[in-house]
Amino acid sequence: MALQYYLILSALLFTIGVIGVLVRRNAIIIFMCIELMLNAANLAFVAISRNLGTAEGQLFVFFVMAVAAAEVAIGLAIIVSVFKHRETINVDEVNSLKG
Amino acid sequence: MEFTLKTFIFYGFALMTIASALAVVTVRNIVHAAFALMVTLFGVAGLYVFLQADFLAATQVIVYVGGILVLILFGVMMTSGRLEMRIHIERGQLLLGGGISLALLMLLLTVIANTPIWKNLTDDGTQLAPTTERIGQLILNEKFLLPFEVVSVLLLVALIGAALISRKEVRD
Repeated sequence: MALQYYLILSALLFTIGVIGVLVRRNAIIIFMCIELMLNAANLAFVAISRNLGTAEGQLFVFFVMAVAAAEVAIGLAIIVSVFKHRETINVDEVNSLKG
Repeated sequence: MEFTLKTFIFYGFALMTIASALAVVTVRNIVHAAFALMVTLFGVAGLYVFLQADFLAATQVIVYVGGILVLILFGVMMTSGRLEMRIHIERGQLLLGGGISLALLMLLLTVIANTPIWKNLTDDGTQLAPTTERIGQLILNEKFLLPFEVVSVLLLVALIGAALISRKEVRD
């Protein structure tokens, strides 16, 4: 398998994530799509790291995973507390800051 | 390209990843989407094994499938368990979002096609060696000690913040 197969796969995965974030309106689905995009970036990191013969790319994937865990914890806490106040997780209905 | 067992398994994993990612975006039921995401994460872990990143494949399964996905399922339980939610998607949003995404895909594919660093990744004769030792050396012995510590503090702060945000309101 040459590198570009992995990169094309990563690009497809990233695009699917972007479609989900742009089209779906359910906050939790948007979260899952962000995870898809992070995974796509990770896959590209690992593939290029393997191509260059170094381990630094894998290390960055490790950091991305830690940040993703932090992001999910904070994000779900925010979603749960928004749901407690507004009884909805539709991101179009949470627009108080719009003025 | 000859069609070996390796390429067959690679295409299997790739198909599994892409199909379940599409399911995450398209299915109506959030719990089904979460389980489709699990299949995607396993597929990516399999691709890591293909790229000889054994440590990352294990971490992917433990952190993503064991941690993040369970957290997302908890979020599903605490928000949409009580009421059936049908969220309407507007046609304009669908077309605009699809158009932007397709343009992005074209851009990415153009960049990939114009970057000349390809070599064959699975058959270049290198030994299948564990990467754990190399990653450990990089984190604790070489230039990545500070980012590692910063990330661990960030994770701690984020978890404390999450607990603070989602606790019950205390009136004083």
